[in-house]
Amino acid sequence: MKKRLRRTMMYVPGNNPNMLAEAHIYGADSLMFDLEDSISLSEKDSARLLVYNAIKSIDYGETEIVVRINGLDTPFGRNDIKAMVRAGADVIRLPKTETAKDVLDVEEIIEEVERNSSRPIGSTKMMAAIESPLGVINAVEIAKASSRLIGIAIGAEDFVTNMKTKRSPEGIELLYARSQILIAARAAGICALDTVYSDVNNEEGFRKEVKLIKQLGFDGKSIINPRQIAPVHEIYAPTEKEIEHSKRVIRAIKEAEEKGLGVVSLKGKMVDKPIVERAERILELARACGMEKEGE
Amino acid sequence: MKNSIGREIPEKIVGYDKFKCYCSPFIKEPVGRKASPKLRQVKPGDKKVVNSLEEAIKKAGLKDGMTISFHHHFRNGDYIINMVMDKIAEMGIKDITIAPSSLTTVHETLVEHVKSGVISGIYTSGVRGKLAEEISKGIMEKPIIIRSHGGRARAIEAGEIHIDVAFLGVPSCDEYGNASGKGAKTICGSLGYAKVDAKYADTVVLITDDLVCYPNFPASISQTDVDYVVVVDSIGDPNGIASGATRYTKNPKELLIAKYASKVIVNSGYFKEGFSFQTGSGGSSLAVTRFLKEIMKDRGIKAKFALGGITKPMVELYEEGLIEHLFDTQTFDLVSCESIFQNPNHHEIDASMYANPHNKGSFVNKLDVVILSALEIDTSFNVNVITGSDGVIRGASGGHSDTAAGSKMSIIVAPLIRGRIPTVVDNVNTVVTPGETVDVLVTDRGIAINPKRKDLMENLKNKGLPIVTIEELRDMALKIAGKPKPIEYTDKVVGVVEYRDGSIIDVIRQIK
Repeated sequence: MKKRLRRTMMYVPGNNPNMLAEAHIYGADSLMFDLEDSISLSEKDSARLLVYNAIKSIDYGETEIVVRINGLDTPFGRNDIKAMVRAGADVIRLPKTETAKDVLDVEEIIEEVERNSSRPIGSTKMMAAIESPLGVINAVEIAKASSRLIGIAIGAEDFVTNMKTKRSPEGIELLYARSQILIAARAAGICALDTVYSDVNNEEGFRKEVKLIKQLGFDGKSIINPRQIAPVHEIYAPTEKEIEHSKRVIRAIKEAEEKGLGVVSLKGKMVDKPIVERAERILELARACGMEKEGE
Repeated sequence: MKNSIGREIPEKIVGYDKFKCYCSPFIKEPVGRKASPKLRQVKPGDKKVVNSLEEAIKKAGLKDGMTISFHHHFRNGDYIINMVMDKIAEMGIKDITIAPSSLTTVHETLVEHVKSGVISGIYTSGVRGKLAEEISKGIMEKPIIIRSHGGRARAIEAGEIHIDVAFLGVPSCDEYGNASGKGAKTICGSLGYAKVDAKYADTVVLITDDLVCYPNFPASISQTDVDYVVVVDSIGDPNGIASGATRYTKNPKELLIAKYASKVIVNSGYFKEGFSFQTGSGGSSLAVTRFLKEIMKDRGIKAKFALGGITKPMVELYEEGLIEHLFDTQTFDLVSCESIFQNPNHHEIDASMYANPHNKGSFVNKLDVVILSALEIDTSFNVNVITGSDGVIRGASGGHSDTAAGSKMSIIVAPLIRGRIPTVVDNVNTVVTPGETVDVLVTDRGIAINPKRKDLMENLKNKGLPIVTIEELRDMALKIAGKPKPIEYTDKVVGVVEYRDGSIIDVIRQIK
């Protein structure tokens, strides 16, 4: 399977028909239809129905469709899973995940629904949002809980409240949690997604935060407005120099393979596996950003 | 009979005599001489300032059956048209044809004057609100005539609109009739539409709330053309005339369309040193100007001129040295209004200079790129900016067909779907701008290039733009929104849409 880029995962409230119909035109890598916090109790059923029909009838093209469900500790979680698996959502996102069991409980229901529907077993992927100190401590076991997991994400608002602090522009209060979640994700070989930046009008602050999380190693960021897409993709875009270097690395590898050489060097430096992986990732990003065409 | 773009035009239209069907943009040659106003002498010592509007109307000799004109530089802040019509009604004058350069929602009270027979004819660029609805329902015996800004100037110069009395609101004026778009109470910038009326009307009455010392120079309207001056308490609401803050759109869809449109411009082949452009005042249009600014700075490209409809983003480009000249028929916001009185190369031009197809060369002919909007566009690229999806009149012709015809590349920007109404359709309700003058359609879901522009297709391919055919866009819209039920009309013609050359491009029928 081709590796998916998840630079941007855009929240779309599940009760807004207009946005459900149009959110994909702005070019986010993934859309996350929300049935949880942005939906009031009185609208839980109608939002579920709306999202179900949207996924069934709208052609979202290449965009990954993630649905954030209500927790299993609410009266809505189970029905959310049933409806979304049947609708064909790519990924079910669990809110407020604290233990590996949370993941397994949801997985069990997913599998049951898959069994009773036309969906192949295992085709529904999962994602877990970690939003509490306990979740952060258990991040590694959560990340490794299921082969369906494609990534874990940090949800900062609940976390900082639990930590008796609030978010700062520098994000020092999140550094430990971000690092923990990243390490867990990398250990499990899945994606790590950063939390939202809610001041849509502060582009400068947003860019600063995106640069920070890119440097930490996150795959991308949860976003709340289409205007946040371009800055993230821009910051995540590789430079011309990086692209050129990566192409040379790949060329050197190919040449070495053709010649049957075991050790590859480029300009006197050894090219080992991490360098090749990094080069592949950069070219992948370059293609996604339209800087390189497929096959070039 | 059908005109050359397949629109069904009745053989005879009650109340509209002169008859010529649209054929193609530049085929109609003007004949004859320009119209001219009556000669009149003002002797030394004669006074132009009269005591009241009523006195001005009497002195102007306004009678039943005459044609009077107004301008729409005060937009939704205008008090003049309603004030004058109320007075005319009070004086018992009837059967008046009004020929404003346009009408807005603030003029919907005119419905009463139409009902009572004070107003029997309307020539305008556009009409909105209740008046427009009533016209669409068939309130008037004669059809209204919709003309573009250039078409109106042409019709006045050609004598097709003969203005008996022009009532022109002006922000400041002296006792002898030198008038400016800047006054103590209001500011509207250019008086580009009014200038044409002042030159060709038999009698010119200026109405102001700021009578200043003689001579009020520089003047947009000159003493040599003015018969009477009336001073009133207020000519308009400054907030409705020029908005203080031109807000940049935050609507992501408008921004996406603007991003695509600016990419189209940049890659079209016209984006080079010394190019010229016009962008409107809609959300996407303003954003295009902003995006262009960044690219112009990056690449060190400057524009020779911008035309229009001048807005704050254009003024910013001018002040940063990225545009050499601004040619201004209508000034949209306070920043632009201040600019026209301060910046030496921000020039006021009249509507004929702007867009009249039958003078010896209007500015639109020198335009490289124009960004325009659309209520609907069909698969032949014909554009409707006058009637809504319910068939009711709700827009304005404006400079749409003028700039589309004159420019080297016309770009229509519109969302593919509004609410649940498709914008791209098989046939538009009403054609204002013929598809043969439209080059590119930019929507949020894709970009279609008019197939006759092979050069643009070539220039824009492989540029990372979502280029599709217009039929694909139509299908996309249909798939999302479904096919709307056709609108039901009667045979009665409630509006004649003239192309800029005076031929009939379409008619608007009464809705059932």
